Amino acid sequence: MAHINEKAVARIREICASYASENTPLMMILSDIQNEFGYIPLEVQEIVSEEIGVSVADIYGVVTFYSFFSLEPKGKYIIGVCLGTACYVKGAGPVLDKFSEILGIKPGETTADGLFTLDALRCIGACGIAPAVTINGKVYPKVKVSDVPGIIDSYKNA
Amino acid sequence: MIKTPEELRQRIESCAAKLADKFEGKDGKRAIVLCGGTGCLSSNSAEIMAKLKETIAAKGLSDKISVNQADCFGFCSQGPFVKIFPEDTLYRMVSIDDVDEIVEKDLIGGDVVERLLYVDPVTGQKVQKQDDITFYKKQRRIALSGCGLIDPENIDEAFGWGAFAGLAKALTMDRQEVINTILDSGLRGRGGGGFPTGRKWQFAYNQNSDEKYVVCNGDEGDPGAFMDRSIFEGNPLAVIEGMAIAGYAIGASNGYFYVRAEYPIAVKRLRLAIEEARAEGLLGENILGTGFNFDLHVRLGAGAFVCGEETALLNSIEGMRGMPRPRPPFPAVKGLWEKPTIVNNVETLACVPYILRNGVESFAKYGTEKSKGTKVFALGGKVNNVGLVEIPMGTTLRELIYDIGGGIPNGKKFKAIQTGGPSGGCLTEEFYDEPIDFDSLSAKGSMMGSGGAIVMDEDNCMVDVAKFYMEFICDESCGKCSPCRIGTKRLLEILNKITDGNGTMEDLQELEELAATIKANSLCALGQTAANPVMSTLKHFRNEYIAHIQDKKCPAKVCKNLMQYKIVPELCKGCSLCSRKCPVNAISGVIKSPFEIDQSKCIKCGMCVSSCKFNAIIKE
Repeated sequence: MAHINEKAVARIREICASYASENTPLMMILSDIQNEFGYIPLEVQEIVSEEIGVSVADIYGVVTFYSFFSLEPKGKYIIGVCLGTACYVKGAGPVLDKFSEILGIKPGETTADGLFTLDALRCIGACGIAPAVTINGKVYPKVKVSDVPGIIDSYKNA
Repeated sequence: MIKTPEELRQRIESCAAKLADKFEGKDGKRAIVLCGGTGCLSSNSAEIMAKLKETIAAKGLSDKISVNQADCFGFCSQGPFVKIFPEDTLYRMVSIDDVDEIVEKDLIGGDVVERLLYVDPVTGQKVQKQDDITFYKKQRRIALSGCGLIDPENIDEAFGWGAFAGLAKALTMDRQEVINTILDSGLRGRGGGGFPTGRKWQFAYNQNSDEKYVVCNGDEGDPGAFMDRSIFEGNPLAVIEGMAIAGYAIGASNGYFYVRAEYPIAVKRLRLAIEEARAEGLLGENILGTGFNFDLHVRLGAGAFVCGEETALLNSIEGMRGMPRPRPPFPAVKGLWEKPTIVNNVETLACVPYILRNGVESFAKYGTEKSKGTKVFALGGKVNNVGLVEIPMGTTLRELIYDIGGGIPNGKKFKAIQTGGPSGGCLTEEFYDEPIDFDSLSAKGSMMGSGGAIVMDEDNCMVDVAKFYMEFICDESCGKCSPCRIGTKRLLEILNKITDGNGTMEDLQELEELAATIKANSLCALGQTAANPVMSTLKHFRNEYIAHIQDKKCPAKVCKNLMQYKIVPELCKGCSLCSRKCPVNAISGVIKSPFEIDQSKCIKCGMCVSSCKFNAIIKE
């Protein structure tokens, strides 16, 4: 348990305990941990395994199956470019390329300064305002390639 | 706490009267309703609402005007909306700066703010009332009933809209009678398959078990479809009521919602609505004093498309990788935690209370012989009116694209409409007058799917579209069975080869053979339908594939390796702006004479095109 502090361990045990009355709560526990800590490393999976009696192998299988769960920490700002069909046909591809070009990272990666993670999202259901980009939950409608530098700057300077 | 059917009836009556007063202005107030759907919220509808409230309060008008939140109006491309009752005036594309004018001119002065009215793209005329807009005229709202009108976070408004009257009705009936009602209505699953809902219920009802479950499939993964999100956000109690009715019919006492984690607002409103229903005694023990116990739980997805497949979804709730189970046994026999389970889609469940409340005929009078009722489509892509539309089954494509959708923007030519997402296919203009229903779409090589309908114009390359869906499927294939895991990857490789300009005519045959193999041998519907986008584009747009292969050209000028940017010497003024913008220094020339692009350096990013002030750079 090299880099997880006591407080975090206690919190993870608390999350597990809060679902004690639920049948097969693994997904809920992992969602909470992902939301709160930003990633689910192996050490954390071991704690969850001890608490709920599911093997680490099974937990690892689940963590790596679902795109919302991550083994590595994500950036402070998570940029999600929607690549749903409606966004795609309206030019989301070039928008994603622009983010990738300016940040110097590929989709799924995080910048070295830990500020940005770039994700290509499946449909976020905001097809009426395609192409859509989300950054930490805020939705940017009808994004153009030329909007991208300004959007990034607004977070860099925040 | 509502304890008896009679108390519920009274509550509905008083709430309905209140709601009618609000919309008709009989309470002495004008009511402003704002769209609070995901699309409009992203365009600051929450800030507009705050400023309206503030301005109205500052002018001392709070007792004469109420400001209300509702959800998605469905007409997302025109948002954010501000609607004013009782006049039914609809302002669109409202910004914060428009608030003062709306308050001064309309709310105080009584004049309509003309410039914020919708302009019909065909006639060019301004339209004041929502119901007069062609986008809304042909719609019939059953599943979306109440969405965009009532406040989804206020159970009294839902009561005013008749919430739980369907459940009360069902509880007076025998379980088998409820199932018969759904069977008679002809309701079919709106999530994709189109399986008769009543038959699914009957299977689960016939099982003997101490515990049964109702599961709502809210894992709306089809890219381009968002009706389930809108129903959750706009009228979550309709789905909750549908779940309770289903639970009563099959003999379940617990139900689970499985909702995409990508929909935070939907989840929040759903959870709130469940709490409200519980507080009113409409979920929990001894509902309406009838002895019926039923409660609901929410589980979230975590970003896996395959979990929309019902058995994968059940595995996900059970804390496992979302991989499908072989069927049989079907979930109705052995589902969640091995108990008999029905899995129904959100839109399907939203139709259930309507059918119970208004009778079979009110639903079955819409639609075609084998597809009854209405269907919500998420109309998107290259069409003027983008949004959610609920139309009777049997409406033609022409009506959908032109009457409701307002045609193709910028004078472009229609090429195809894609329905059914990654499992569906494309329909071309030869099907314009074909009525849309489950069976007609399947017969044409597409499918209803969950109702995504993406319009493509001449600028979309159909090989690229097929590739887009195949990339999606490759990413989302769960990996359990090899036809899907390996086969889709091979399909994608062949498509890449073609769009890179290295395709051969034999590749087309290989695509077809591989597609047929994947279809016949995959374990679940995701794999069985995965090749549909390829097969359908190959069928209807074979010429485009051949152009990529034989002429090494992408007719729509989308595939980067098959097109190039060129500067037209006659139009170029030699200003050098493009060469300064080019990220790879591929453009050179002498000031005031035409510049040139070095094709060996060009990365086809398009920066030069957007920088040129003289439209001198073209794609070929």
